[in-house]
Amino acid sequence: MKKILSLLFSLVIAIHCFAQDTKPEMADAFRSSGKIYVVVCVASIVLAGLIVYLITIDRKVGRIEKEIESKRTENNTSK
Amino acid sequence: MNLKKNWWKLLACILLFNTVTNGFLGQVPAREILNETIRNLYFHVPMWFAMMTLLFISVIYGIKHLNNGNMKYDVIAREAAHTGVAMGVLGLITGSLWARYTWGTWWTQDTKLNGAAITMLIYFAYFILRGSVEDEQKRGRLAAVYSIFAFVMMIVFIMILPRMEDSLHPGNGGNPGFNKYDLDSKMRMVFYPAVLGWVLLGVWIMTVRIRIAAIEDTIHGLSSRQDLKTL
Repeated sequence: MKKILSLLFSLVIAIHCFAQDTKPEMADAFRSSGKIYVVVCVASIVLAGLIVYLITIDRKVGRIEKEIESKRTENNTSK
Repeated sequence: MNLKKNWWKLLACILLFNTVTNGFLGQVPAREILNETIRNLYFHVPMWFAMMTLLFISVIYGIKHLNNGNMKYDVIAREAAHTGVAMGVLGLITGSLWARYTWGTWWTQDTKLNGAAITMLIYFAYFILRGSVEDEQKRGRLAAVYSIFAFVMMIVFIMILPRMEDSLHPGNGGNPGFNKYDLDSKMRMVFYPAVLGWVLLGVWIMTVRIRIAAIEDTIHGLSSRQDLKTL
């Protein structure tokens, strides 16, 4: 009986250890050292750059649209 | 920029900045194999949402063009498809990279993956078809009819077929999607805004492309048509 109990006990311990070993690996150390913020900063800068670029293109197109519109009215009035 | 008219562009910016900050800093469930790559959900999946939204816009304006032959609608359909395909290509590339580090290969003969690739090819053919017709009315009609076919095939290839077969890709076949186990409430709070943000960004790029196309048409002396002026 004692033998069986100790066997069961060691089995439970073993399972417990096994469960701890197979815990999915996450970037916990990276996070605790704070360096994930570097990644966030880099990604934000890339996104900011792209959005500013898109806004510039958007406004440039708007400017050209206005130019065309003014040319068109100019032509209409001169006719 | 007029904020009253362009408020949704500001919304897109806010949502995307939320994605790149909370997307990396927010809590995610710890899963075997996926590990931290589960965060790709905020970047890879919205590409497909954006693609489908844009292709839907494309087919709707294609049908509108068929109704009355207005070239304005044909231009919208073309530019929406163009932006949509760009988003789809990004989805393919990011998916391939993700697969490399979770499934161990860049590409696998999976129904979902091949379906997505075939969808891209179908839409490449859309542009080849457009480029091969000289007459613009004829081109518009042909492209619109083809885009109805292409859109339906996309639904079949990436929504229906993968669900009928076994697939490695989450959300298909016998493989449970993120919804059931992995996508917990914390991830949803980042995922849904991310989807909206990327979709809005795609629509934004599309509108800029449409405006550029209208300018091009004006320059090419096609401005005599009234419908282009109101674009």
